[in-house]
Amino acid sequence: MRQLLLCPPDHYGIEYEINPWMSRARGADKPLVQAQWKGLFDTLSTLDCQVNLVPPQPKLPDMVFTANAGLAVGRRFIPSNFRHEERAGEAPHFARWMEERGYEIVWLPKDLYFEGEGDALFGGEVLFCGYKFRTDINSHRAVADILGCLVISVELVDPRFYHIDTCFCPLPDGGAFWFPEAFDEYGQRTIRDRLSNLIDVAAEEAAHFSCNAVVLGRDIVLPEGAPKLVEALRDRGYTCHPLPMSEFLKAGGACKCLTMFMPQRDGEALGPSA
Amino acid sequence: MFSETIELRGHIIDSLILPKVLDQILTRGAAFKIAEIKIGQKRADQSFARIEVTAETTEALDELVLRLRQHGAETVERADVQSAKAPEAGVFPHDFYVTTNQQTFIRLDGKEIEVRPAMMDSAVAVDRKKRAARAVKFFDVNEGDEIVVGHQGIRVVPVQRSTAHTDIFQFINTMVDADEPKTAVIRELGQELCRARETKGKIAIVGGPAVVRTGAGQHLERLIEMGYVDRLFAGNSFAVYDVERALFGTSLGKNPERAFAGGGHENHMRAINTIRASGGIAAAVQKKVLTCGIMHACIKHKVDLVLTGSIRDEGPIPGVTTDVVEAQKIMREKLADITHVLLLGTMQHSMAVASMLAPTVKTVCVDIDSASVERAVEHQPLQSIGLVTDVEPFLRELADCIAESEKVGREK
Repeated sequence: MRQLLLCPPDHYGIEYEINPWMSRARGADKPLVQAQWKGLFDTLSTLDCQVNLVPPQPKLPDMVFTANAGLAVGRRFIPSNFRHEERAGEAPHFARWMEERGYEIVWLPKDLYFEGEGDALFGGEVLFCGYKFRTDINSHRAVADILGCLVISVELVDPRFYHIDTCFCPLPDGGAFWFPEAFDEYGQRTIRDRLSNLIDVAAEEAAHFSCNAVVLGRDIVLPEGAPKLVEALRDRGYTCHPLPMSEFLKAGGACKCLTMFMPQRDGEALGPSA
Repeated sequence: MFSETIELRGHIIDSLILPKVLDQILTRGAAFKIAEIKIGQKRADQSFARIEVTAETTEALDELVLRLRQHGAETVERADVQSAKAPEAGVFPHDFYVTTNQQTFIRLDGKEIEVRPAMMDSAVAVDRKKRAARAVKFFDVNEGDEIVVGHQGIRVVPVQRSTAHTDIFQFINTMVDADEPKTAVIRELGQELCRARETKGKIAIVGGPAVVRTGAGQHLERLIEMGYVDRLFAGNSFAVYDVERALFGTSLGKNPERAFAGGGHENHMRAINTIRASGGIAAAVQKKVLTCGIMHACIKHKVDLVLTGSIRDEGPIPGVTTDVVEAQKIMREKLADITHVLLLGTMQHSMAVASMLAPTVKTVCVDIDSASVERAVEHQPLQSIGLVTDVEPFLRELADCIAESEKVGREK
């Protein structure tokens, strides 16, 4: 059974602005925050997975976005090196929590920014990593060294889609759904070369963070507001669970940002070097 | 051109990072050379590329490298140039770097600076405060000047044969021998000089006495009158024979208008005396003592005259610089902005000038002696044409071609 990591939104709020979605003038509605997060927690709990909770920490409002805790592969956990000072305080909490659960913690050099699963998603045996806004491309090399797998680096070009998990979601059948315009032409070409059966998400649906989805077998938990995508996924045999995510979108996050797989991939699957 | 070496590591082939970086270099008007590449053999193996990036200006290079860093490019630290103090005035430190006439850069505090001017057989003096490097001759160096030693941190960029456009200098195979046709080459050369004038290039003539003695002076005068000569470099005898011819119809006693003429051996001495008495060439023109000839045309059309002498000179005629070190300095200064140079019938001056030219200067050498042509053009292997021929028919055809194009231009 897949293990997921979530963090209750007790301290969540728009307290700074580090992406184009955030505006302190447009704060989150606290009761609605709790309701939407509980909606996600409850939905995931009905699916084939076990939800683990990391205790939220005061003054770390974005700790709720556990996808940026780091990247767990096999029994190893690579904590994030956050680009923004505002989030840097989250890293030790996540690392300690993962270490207590028996993960071997492998830190990247401090000068390499890396924002965990938010910018690193497996599609088959290949780890697709986004770079530029939050993650440095040089961290990809370090991650490849640690994991011994093929890392495909793709450049993100639209600041609204600042992590790869905001515009790209691999599917277990070898395909993915994505918003191509969020990538530069080389990134688009690379993804098209590597993955078949891609579902292009329309701009208006991508803007609802529809690609920010949690895929568990044939179930897909995604933000509401993407009827065309839901239909396309249904045609492929997936069951979609659209959820209201308005309060987390105010911070530039949704279902996937609120979730980290632990691990995202079995270490053994990557071969002997992993 | 300024350069920086970058390295890329990782899954740069599968991620198309390498082609992206190379494309970005080219689309921003810079160039690259892949110095080393290692491609991973197995799926998870990472690849490596070391790439030398060159751009026109240091600012353009910095901006480009900054962009490439986003894609993982790391700059390779290269060693700075080494230097030592000049032990005394006129003496370079032991193991000083001897320059070529090619574009040269030195790395100072991690950044490249260009050595200006590019000058052959010199040393490189460094001014750290001004972040400048210049080529210096023995007479330029003072005790304690910082001089480059060894070869570390020095980069020489040979002139590349351009592939973008083809002018005569790019498709003629340097030498046209005595038994080969020249008309087409001379016509092309005429067009090149027309283009040079249109694009505000600067044309220099370096003439030997043969120009005057063969009777080619009148053709050179036509070029001067049409505005195709910006500067004239010559020796004492060139000026003397030209004045002699203007005053007495002979040059070193020979009259180019007559097949057999005798006498007049003393004419050149009288010519020198006349100019000395007039207070110089320009004064003689002003006083209407000198009313024709090349010197007269130069004064009238404000062509810069650079006359430098040698040990066997008679006179010298006023205006000739006889101190050779001083003459070198003047010639270098006067050659600095020249784009095209015609070396006509003078081995000594041709070789002196050729050794002072930047490698980008388009050079034509005309001499009846093939060895003289070869020696003069060897410094400019990609930007020179040598013609083994008498200078008179060459200048006649060249002046005719240019006069013809001028006429066509006017009619248009």
